[in-house]
Amino acid sequence: MARSLQIENGSVNAYHRIVHETPAVRVRELRKIFTVSEREAGAAAALRDLLRRRVREVPAVDGVSFDLSPGEIVGFLGPNGAGKTTTLKMLSGLLHPTGGEVAVLGHVPSRREKDFLRQITLVMGQRAQLVWDIPAADSFELNRAIYGIPRADFRRTLEELVALLDLGPLLPKPVRTLSLGERMKCEIAAALLHRPRVVFLDEPTIGLDVTMQRRIRAFLTDYNRRVGATILLTSHYMADVEALCRRVLVIHHGKLLFDGELARLVQRFTAHKTIVVRLEDPEADLSPYGEVVSREDGAATLRVPRELTARVTGRLLADLAVVDLTVEDPPIEEVIERVFSEPRA
Amino acid sequence: MRSLPALYVQQFKTSLAVMLQYRASLIIWLISHLLEPLVYLVVWTAVSAAQGGSVGGYDAAGFAAYFIVLMLVNHVTYTWIMWEYEYRVRHGSLSFALLRPVHPIHADLADNLSSKIITLPLILAAAAVLAAIFRPSLHTPPWAAAAFVPAVLLAFAVRFLMEWTLALAAFWTTRVSALNRVYFVALLFLSGQMAPLSLLPPPIRLAATILPFRWTTSFPVELLLGKLGLEETLLGLGAQAAWILACVVLLRLVWRAGVRVFTAVGA
Repeated sequence: MARSLQIENGSVNAYHRIVHETPAVRVRELRKIFTVSEREAGAAAALRDLLRRRVREVPAVDGVSFDLSPGEIVGFLGPNGAGKTTTLKMLSGLLHPTGGEVAVLGHVPSRREKDFLRQITLVMGQRAQLVWDIPAADSFELNRAIYGIPRADFRRTLEELVALLDLGPLLPKPVRTLSLGERMKCEIAAALLHRPRVVFLDEPTIGLDVTMQRRIRAFLTDYNRRVGATILLTSHYMADVEALCRRVLVIHHGKLLFDGELARLVQRFTAHKTIVVRLEDPEADLSPYGEVVSREDGAATLRVPRELTARVTGRLLADLAVVDLTVEDPPIEEVIERVFSEPRA
Repeated sequence: MRSLPALYVQQFKTSLAVMLQYRASLIIWLISHLLEPLVYLVVWTAVSAAQGGSVGGYDAAGFAAYFIVLMLVNHVTYTWIMWEYEYRVRHGSLSFALLRPVHPIHADLADNLSSKIITLPLILAAAAVLAAIFRPSLHTPPWAAAAFVPAVLLAFAVRFLMEWTLALAAFWTTRVSALNRVYFVALLFLSGQMAPLSLLPPPIRLAATILPFRWTTSFPVELLLGKLGLEETLLGLGAQAAWILACVVLLRLVWRAGVRVFTAVGA
């Protein structure tokens, strides 16, 4: 992968690989500024506020640029309030950007052209589009009519979705009687019946148990392969991102902090590696080799600067009677946490 | 546009399924739609009896005819959209509507028509029962009966478009229910829901005629009761057509502005 990244002084210079296709999603200097009115508590403040409203401008998305190639699955990471959902809404035409350019499949989303809407979908984990009182199957039929899906195509897609998501037993039940996970599967199916070429997923696995999360992940991979759809998803579960996305976008305070391969994110933001070593003498002194993070069950965990990893490993093997030794990157959650705790640029 | 008829058919099935899920609320709905005209009917019958048998050209049988026909016309023309829009805007279901490649008014129109068709037998049965009890008298010339059909359909169009446009106020304010209350009080007086317009003072009658209210309900009722001449009828149909045109233009403008506000702020 020839995508290299440099992040200097908080600015992002992403040298994207040369793509021959036009990007499915093209975002340039995208900005969204929300105006919120402010006032202090109390009646006097309320009166003052009547005379002169004080407003504050809050940049939710502040100059974000990236491209998504057709067929890519990209993870969109960031803490709450970082601007992920705002960006997804601008990409799907629900929010009008304050500045910058967006093109999705060559359309300007905020114009909400029918041809554009027919080719995209947005799944919001905590919001429901299914009709609550009737079986999901009936809502699917309604979507078939709304999107004008030919019956034969509809049947084929539905069969696929039913098989992949194991929806069979759920279809005849009123949606309100389904569990959260079951409902989410139906929501995703409903959102994909028209076989959108671009899929935006906002927390598709939120609140679901591990089995269900895994199922939805497998399904998304499969959908991406079958339809060649471009998928941009946000998730709080790093397992989602690790399983699905080679590339991630990291957004924080409305700015893009990182755009590149997940593996490089770890390299970029961690100065340390972890060495787990098991010795014949469990009491041996390890402090000269690095910071001892933990010692339990005869295994010791050392934290060493990334550039010293090879040298420390060599010294450990030469100096001590080593039973077992592994070198690891810190867990991705830890990396992400570190990224987000960096001071605002 | 190719898929619109299919959309209406499917929405009909969906509305039917939803309504059948709540049979009890269907009964409650029927009672409420029966009760209101029934109350006015009883009151005005009592008033006409006290006034020596007739008020403003309506005797007991005349009032019975008025309120029974009114109930039927009201059934065709009423909408519930103004109570729904605030919820849609605040709770995000409007977002889903905006993601769909079809204008949301189609789903509302289809849903409205579906529930009307489904409940029509109930309301007709109720009208038959009321007619058996109150013995209305109708003097409808054949041409007026024929003109009644387009008049009531146009009345529905006026009311649906007007109330759909007013419902869009939810884009700008969270206090929609206050606005709704003002509107429904105006509707009660000016559309002939509470009393035939001819019994009201001339300024109110004039307001009802200038504003769209008379054309949403009262006009087809007056027509079927044989109260209107040919010229008045044609003028009325023209007024309805003009209001429909005006409402379509207004709806488009307000919808566009509302969506602009919505997509500027988000929900």
